[in-house]
Amino acid sequence: MLNFVLRRIALLIPTIIGISICAFAFVRVLPGDPILAMAGQHGVTPERYEVLREQFGYNLPIWQQYFNYLGSVLQGNFGNSLATKRPVITEFMTLFPATVELAFCALFFAVIIGIPAGIFAAIKRGSWFDQAAMGVALTGYSMPIFWWGLLLIIFFSGYLGWTPVSGRIALSFFLRPITGFMLIDTLLYGNWPAFVSALRHLILPAIVLGTIPLAVIARQTRSAMLEVLGEDYVRTAKAKGMSPRRVVNVHALRNALIPVITTIGLQIGLLLGGAILTETIFTWPGIGKWMIDSIFKRDYVVVQSGLLIIALIVMAVNLIVDLLYALINPRIRVK
Amino acid sequence: MKLMTTLLAASALVALTAGAAQAKQLVYCSEASPAHFDPGPLTGGNDFDASSHTIYNRLVDFKPGTTEVIPSLAESWEISEDGLEYTFKLRPGVKFHTQSYFTPTRDLTAEDVVFSFERQMDEESPWFNYLEGMTWDYFQGMDMPKYIASMEAVDDLTFKLTLTEPNAPMLANLAMDFAAIVSKEYADQLEASGDLAAFSTQPVGTGPFQLVDYQLDTVIRYQAFADYWEGKQPIDDLIFAITTDASVRAQRLIAGECDIMPYPAPADLEALQADEDLTVVEGEGLNIGYISYNTTEAPFDNPEVRKALTMAIDKSAIIEAVYQGAGQDAKNLIPPTMWSYDDATAADEYNPEEAKRILEEAGVTDLTTDLWAIPVSRPYNPNGQRVAELIQADWAAVGVTANIVTYEWTEYRERGKQADRKGPFMIGWTGDNGDPDNFFATLFSCSAIGVSNYSSWCNDEFEAAIQAAKTTSDQEERIELYTTAQEIFKAEEPAITLAHSKVFMPMKKTVLNYTLSPLGTHSFRYVDVQE
Repeated sequence: MLNFVLRRIALLIPTIIGISICAFAFVRVLPGDPILAMAGQHGVTPERYEVLREQFGYNLPIWQQYFNYLGSVLQGNFGNSLATKRPVITEFMTLFPATVELAFCALFFAVIIGIPAGIFAAIKRGSWFDQAAMGVALTGYSMPIFWWGLLLIIFFSGYLGWTPVSGRIALSFFLRPITGFMLIDTLLYGNWPAFVSALRHLILPAIVLGTIPLAVIARQTRSAMLEVLGEDYVRTAKAKGMSPRRVVNVHALRNALIPVITTIGLQIGLLLGGAILTETIFTWPGIGKWMIDSIFKRDYVVVQSGLLIIALIVMAVNLIVDLLYALINPRIRVK
Repeated sequence: MKLMTTLLAASALVALTAGAAQAKQLVYCSEASPAHFDPGPLTGGNDFDASSHTIYNRLVDFKPGTTEVIPSLAESWEISEDGLEYTFKLRPGVKFHTQSYFTPTRDLTAEDVVFSFERQMDEESPWFNYLEGMTWDYFQGMDMPKYIASMEAVDDLTFKLTLTEPNAPMLANLAMDFAAIVSKEYADQLEASGDLAAFSTQPVGTGPFQLVDYQLDTVIRYQAFADYWEGKQPIDDLIFAITTDASVRAQRLIAGECDIMPYPAPADLEALQADEDLTVVEGEGLNIGYISYNTTEAPFDNPEVRKALTMAIDKSAIIEAVYQGAGQDAKNLIPPTMWSYDDATAADEYNPEEAKRILEEAGVTDLTTDLWAIPVSRPYNPNGQRVAELIQADWAAVGVTANIVTYEWTEYRERGKQADRKGPFMIGWTGDNGDPDNFFATLFSCSAIGVSNYSSWCNDEFEAAIQAAKTTSDQEERIELYTTAQEIFKAEEPAITLAHSKVFMPMKKTVLNYTLSPLGTHSFRYVDVQE
């Protein structure tokens, strides 16, 4: 097992270097000049422009800029935002809990609906429920997030007035963050109405962000379940006269869920990255919206380091999923 | 089911507690997060709304809803005969905000005023570059270092500014956001503790509101400053709920989550106007959308050709299709709300037949040119691509082929400045200080070539008029000079003056005393909320 873990971690090093090169190159192929973007409509004088270029190292050859960047990243310095002048890592840490909270709720929503729907569709294969569920899953998978989000806002918030339009909590509550997770913080403050408000603010964005994972999980559960239901041991169990419910719950489900758990693990990475649109629509103060805003402001340092940090986190999550999977399923380790 | 019941009961409780709030609160759904709270080095309108208009004051101010300069921290001022010495008498007893991080021991003095400007000018000062890579764009852009000879605190309440040469727009410049007056005592305290950066995140000003809390990208909370020199504001709490998407802002306003919002999307205007609980205040923007000919490039170096090309454009059709009722035809470079506007100028005539005849007479047949379209939506031009397409069609009718070109916004402006640029260049301007100089000299003076004079147009008579207008402070005389400048501009047609846009501000009917600023700023001073 130790061997597997070490091998798996060693594999990450070239990946991390690759990602850092991509993040670095990506912001340099984006059009626009960061120094000019820092200045307003009056622009900067040519002399000041040169001073700033030098100060930020944009005058150096591109490879040297990359190695300087890599060097400071290795020391834990991701640079300062060009717009706010604050360290990127500080801003990231402030906003990250909001994204995690949203991603977690979205995943929760996707799992509690997706798995039962997938199981039921498999058991009732070919029924109207199966067809409807898979039709909905396909639609959910192909729905443009921006449109879907606005549609829900207009209907549930605008027309029915059931849910808040955007934000994380009603503005009448003024709580300084403790953990940064609103649901936890409100409980730590013992403020029940604030907790409910935070929960209500989570509903629509969690649904929007959870829609695609929901579709993926439902389809994956269905096909895994169908595969397991066709296995000999299930047939044997059935032949022995076991009740259909027991066959599914005790024998089929356990095995069918193994690939589903991997899928869920992979979704976590996608959710963190995919929060960009959802956060923008719902004005959710997380890293997704932060990245989008920074692209518009041409805050290259934020975009570059933000991409890198997100990639590192996604890789870490995937690593954990892989290791857990190997722990559950020893066959993986041998390969 | 039980969970559902609990949730419903709790929601009812939330509604009750929200309704029972005693403090008068105004929620403004702002369009973007501020970079920080020190207005000196900032440039964005949203930055200023969150800093200079709430937390700070300037020596002089613009009278709400106009571009007229009125007293603020300076009660009165005197300008010497030669226009070189400005002596400001400061208001006595002006208090700075008391914050958990700073307790002022004295009132505002001339020392604070000197510090506020000196930090933007003195490259040796630790405050000149106290945030990495910061620039004093407005201070530099308004040429302050060139004009300021010296600054002096004559006594506690007298500030003297000496100029190197007369500059009539100076007073209006001092009413701009970059000229916000900050506390020297606070700066000294931070310098002693070595935490200079806090100056931008933990602000201390003399303004109507003081900062309570900022949650990054989410919400800014202010409370009315009890010791404000004009008296405490009618509202107690001011909240900026940062909401970047225009449609979401509109939904929040309709749902009652905010009281007032800026920049509605044109598509949402109708619904907002139809809502019985809302009022949509509208006003003229202090701006111009225009298209610069490159007057050094043939055949655009011939004024007759330029005038003919302008004549070939159906401006009213463009304004109807692109601005959708939110714009008006521009016949001058400056908007009609600005003093010295020459209403006698004839509006551009649309006459393709005549245009074709003039072009033929000038020997211009089979002209092919580039036509530059702005890539982003701006207040003065909501859809540059569409404008370009309409012009392309109009010009095709008189035998001119236009190829539409565009680039990313920063690159677009850089390329537009180049002297050998091919073809007319679409651009625009929003005024900074309500002085005509901020349009004429900034955009079309000879020295602005390569900077913001995209027409590369340098006309001696025009230049003489606008330079003379800069050095005299006699308003009547200045009006006369700017009228001449407008006449020359029209006769020479270095640019097609396309449109001035309107600005809209939807708000709840319960919001009282909000005044729309032609300068595009959003201030909540004097605003009240009906209970």
